[in-house]
Order: sequence, then structure tokens, then C-alpha cells
Amino acid sequence: MSIDKTSATPGAPEDHVVENPEAAKAAVTVVDPRLLVRERGLAGYVTEFKRKVKSGDLGSIPVVIGLVIIWAIFTSLNSNFLTAGNLSDMSVAMVGTGMIAVGIVFVLLLGEIDLSVGSVSGVAGASFAVLNVTNGMNEWLAFVLAILTGTVAGVLHGFFFAKIGVPAFAVTLAGLLFWNGFMLQILGDNGTINLDPDGVVAQLTSYYFSDVAAAYGLAAVVTAGYFLSSFLGNRRREAAGVPSRPLSETIVRTVLLAVLAFTVAIVFNQYKGLPLAVVIFIAVLLVTDFVLRRTSYGRKVFALGGSVEASRRAGINVELVRISVFAISGTFAAVGGLFIASKIAAANQGAGGGDLLMNAIAAAVIGGTSLFGGRGRTWNALLGVLVIVSIQYGLALEGIASPVQYMITGGVLLATVVIDAVTRRTQKTAGRA
Amino acid sequence: MVHVSATPVLALRGVSKRFGAVQALTDVELEVHAGEVVALVGDNGAGKSTLVKTIAGVHPIDEGVIEWDGRSVQINKPHDAQNLGIATVYQDLALCDNIDVVGNLYLGREIRKRGVLDEVEMERRSRELLDTLSIRIPSVRIPIASLSGGQRQTVAIARSMLGEPKLVILDEPTAALGVEQTAQVLDLVERLRERGHAVILISHNMADVKAVADKVAVLRLGRNNGVFEVKSTSQEEIISAITGATDNAVTRRAARTNGEGSK
Repeated sequence: MSIDKTSATPGAPEDHVVENPEAAKAAVTVVDPRLLVRERGLAGYVTEFKRKVKSGDLGSIPVVIGLVIIWAIFTSLNSNFLTAGNLSDMSVAMVGTGMIAVGIVFVLLLGEIDLSVGSVSGVAGASFAVLNVTNGMNEWLAFVLAILTGTVAGVLHGFFFAKIGVPAFAVTLAGLLFWNGFMLQILGDNGTINLDPDGVVAQLTSYYFSDVAAAYGLAAVVTAGYFLSSFLGNRRREAAGVPSRPLSETIVRTVLLAVLAFTVAIVFNQYKGLPLAVVIFIAVLLVTDFVLRRTSYGRKVFALGGSVEASRRAGINVELVRISVFAISGTFAAVGGLFIASKIAAANQGAGGGDLLMNAIAAAVIGGTSLFGGRGRTWNALLGVLVIVSIQYGLALEGIASPVQYMITGGVLLATVVIDAVTRRTQKTAGRA
Repeated sequence: MVHVSATPVLALRGVSKRFGAVQALTDVELEVHAGEVVALVGDNGAGKSTLVKTIAGVHPIDEGVIEWDGRSVQINKPHDAQNLGIATVYQDLALCDNIDVVGNLYLGREIRKRGVLDEVEMERRSRELLDTLSIRIPSVRIPIASLSGGQRQTVAIARSMLGEPKLVILDEPTAALGVEQTAQVLDLVERLRERGHAVILISHNMADVKAVADKVAVLRLGRNNGVFEVKSTSQEEIISAITGATDNAVTRRAARTNGEGSK
């Protein structure tokens, strides 16, 4: 931030009711040590980073470190873990749970919970199968209708929560049971319906852009897009006279992103190419992140997570935002359900059950979304689901059965919430909670 | 610096308000001019909050007339009050802890450019606003949670200034603040007056009232119990008006001990 407008402590406020503000401004050159004055250039960036870490603002650091440790352990146990094939398979497998986790992030931002997402995802897969395979409906129409079943389910949950005032926990617990029964009902006696292996849903996880240019092109576009948007944003900020990031910082961030993006692209190209599922997932993350941080709708979601009363007084339609967030959660549950059905090219009675719900919620939380509302990003879903899928695949490579997987995933989740609680305490003492 | 115009910005004439069997306000009169700070004082249950809520449109009045710039107006909902140019800062702050200062200032009235939040413009205007009010906070981009109570109160008041209101109502703005922070808020109240806003200040603290108010309107049991010029009135006079001149704890005790003594 700029130094020129800062001044001494607010302890001597009378000094500032002056006839000549220009002279006063020039006279006050001492910088209040409490002001967060950021030095220019890279050094300033580093000190800012240190200050944030010290005050408990860890962001994604714990989960990234955790991910590195998990990968290191599994690589040392089995050299197949860090191969292009395994990593590529993992990235496709994570999309289903990841999509559901994106919806969960929205709900967690309100400080609420949605327990129905597993069942709703199962309903979406079953709806598509029944409409398309059993009744021969056009597959695109069936695809859209299947996603809309999730939206409708979410609106129903949101209605009972926002309008009637039933706790979200109870509403979505009822939803969990109801939608699971609904899925079993529409699947009927035969239980499993196989999908057309060349159909649109099956293609979701089986299609790869095999041309190497696709992955590199996407990496280049993402990197260039990031650089341009932050460069132009900073230029606008400078022109408006508000604090902006130094160019060096933008460059460092862009280079880091480029290294990451091209590494991933190289890995994909060593196997089957760029998976369609990953492209869709990244697009969803970019769009949802934009909606949450750059639109007034997103601002309303965060505001509700901070203080419902303040939001109401600011003229926000609390009920509408609540219903819409549950609708979003239901919609992403349905999208995730279609990706999961795509993975096995079938809709069966077990869909949406097992550890899916817990994994989706754990992914959002492990990624760094606060359980108490108002803090989080949809990118958290990506990091969290990477951790969970890494554990699943790593243990599967070792031939360790699912009971142990559950216990380890549970342990990781516990570690995450412990870190969350501890950093929250640090933040409180540092006055930033 | 006080320019008091002839026509009051807000005038209440014979306002009454009933809640079921309770007569909360009876024939209350109040005048506030531009560039004037009117303190509204009274004991608990005297009707201060009710009166403020009728002005803010939370509780419509039952009887009487509200005049705005000399015209009779109807204030039936909070929106009516806002449209007239009345901003209310309630005792419990209406701020979101997890959102930064800029976000809170513009909550519910974000500046948008092609549907997208215009953060740069909001930040620029926020800094401008905070500068003109001489409000100092560590950064406009830190969450409200990081600010002290006084800083939060100043942000809440600054927020009410965004709509360029003619009348600002402050409901016990210093109730939960320390000495230093109270000073910050009182400074801000003076700056509002200098900028020509009319201010209604509710307070229990006589020192605050004496420090910034031009006039003191006393309510007692839902009725006017005097309007005093602060400069020419002693604190004791105001307090006896609040408590009821001849009937307060001190006089009662005195009367009792006298009564016992004479036995």
C-alpha cells in the first residue's frame, strides 16, 4: 500500500482537523507501525508472505505440503505411482468426486452442509440411464434432464431450509434417504443399466485429446490468460492510484504457473493425451472461482457466510441466495454423478453410496474450505480431491484393501481439521480470525 | 462551523406509537437541522430506540406528522427512509467479519462493470471516502475481523455515508468502545456535522453528549421531557430531566432517610 496517505496513530485525531490538509499530509511522514505497508518489489512480496504465515493465514500451504509428502511416500513404496499412466488415470478418476466437492464448497461458504449430494449424484446417473437407455430418449436431452434432476433436488432442499427454516443438516439428511430410495425405485428390478460405451456420458471420462498440441495449447492459453488478466488488472489499479502488485511478482507467479501447467501437459501427453474430463473440471473451477470472487452473487454468498444479519440489512435477499446455493450444490452433485457413471459406463444400485459423500465433503475441507462458513475457494476442491484420490490409488497399488483406505482418509481429514482449528486459533491471537 | 438552516431537515410533530397495550411514544416532537448534532437521551425504556425505528421506517408511526425538508412525508418501510436520505447505523454492527473493508462498504450496492465487480473503482472510492472522513485503518483490503472495535464502528459509519444521506442516525455508537476508540468515533461525528449532515446521536454517556452534541432531546416514558442547548445546560440538569427532575434515585434516598430521620 502507498505510504503517502498514512499517518500517525489514531490517538491524536484532533491534529487532523486542520485548515490546510496538504501541509498536514506533508508534515505527517512517520508511518504507523501497525499499518500494513508493503514494500515494493519481490522483497516486499516475501515479507508479506512471511507475515501472513506467522499470523496463521496459511491458505493452501498445508495441503500442498501434505500432497507432496503423500506422493513421496507412495513413490518410495511403488515406483509405478509417479508414472504418466497412473497420474493420468488419477486425474480422470478425481473429476466425479471433485465436481461434487465444488458444490459442497458453495454450501460450506454459507456455513451449512449438504448431506444429500451422494444420493443426488446417484439419481442423476440413474435418470440418464433410464431416460436414454431404457426409454430411448435423445442422449443430449437425457443428459440435460439428468443434471436438472440435481438442480430440482437442490431447490427443494433449499426451499425447506430457507423458507421453512428446517436446519440444512436435517433437510439434506432426509434428502440422502429419499433420493437414494428414488434412485433404487427408477432403476427397477434389474439393478444395473449399462450405458452406450460410445455415448456422450461414457465419453466424458473415456475421451482424450490425443494430439499433443491440445495439452500444450491449453497450458499456454491458461498461462497467457493468467498473465494478461493480472497484468491488465495491475495497470488499471496503477492508473486508478490504488496499490498494485509489482510486475516482478506477476512474472514470478506466471512462471510458476507455466511450470506447473506444462509439467501436467507433458505428463498427459506421455500417456493418452489431454483427458476431456480434466478440461471440463478446470473450466468449471475457473468459472465458479470467477463467480464467487468477481460477481456480486459471489459476494452475497460470502456475506451470508460472514453474517446473515448484516447481509439482510445490506438488502441481500437471504432466502433466494440460500436456495440458489443448494441448487448449485445439487446441480454439481448431478454433474459429478454423471462423471462417476461414465467411469463404469453403467448406472447401478450402489451409485452414490459408500464413501462418496464423505469423500466429497472431505475434499472440500482438506482443500482448505472452512467448516464455519465464509472462507474458501472452489480450487480447494481440486487440491482436496487430489489428496483423496492419491491415497486411494497409492493404497490400491500396494494392494491394501478399502478398510485401511477409509482409516487413512479419516486420519488425513482429522489432520486437516486439526490444522484448520490450530490456524484459526493463531489467526485469533493475531487478530485476523 | 455550525450552519443551522431555518427549515429542519427532519421534524416530528406529535408522533405517537402504540404496541398493543403499551403506549411507547406520546406526542413526541423533534427537530434536526442540517449541520447539527442532536443527542437523544433517556433512561432505558424511555422510547429512544422506538423513536429511531419510526424514523428509520422499521415501525411506522400511529399518529402525528413526519416532515422532511418542510414537507410532510410517509415513512412506512426502511426503504422509504433510505430514499429520503436517512442512514441508520445500529448498535450491533452490520458488518461481515470475513469480508474486507472495501467489500463491506459496498455490500449490497457493489459497483459493477459489465456484470463484474469493479474492485478497482470500489477500492479507489473507499480510500477517498475514508480519507475525507480522516478514518485510518491498516489497509482497506484486510478482513473486518482484523480491525479494533472503534475501527469497525468508523467503517460502519463510513458505510452509511456512501448514499450521501442528509440525516445520519447513530444508535449508541460508543457503547462498547474504549476511551481511545470512543474519541475516534466522536471525531467522526464532528466531521459529519462539518460536512453538513444532520446527525441524531443516541447515547447513555453524558460526557459523549456534552462533547459533540449541539442540542439534547430528552425522552422520558415516551414523552418529550425537554430540549436543551448543550452549551448553556449543565450535566445535572440533563440528568434530572432524564430521571424526572424531582424523582430520581438520589432524591428518593434523600427523602427516605429524611423521613426516617424525622421519625
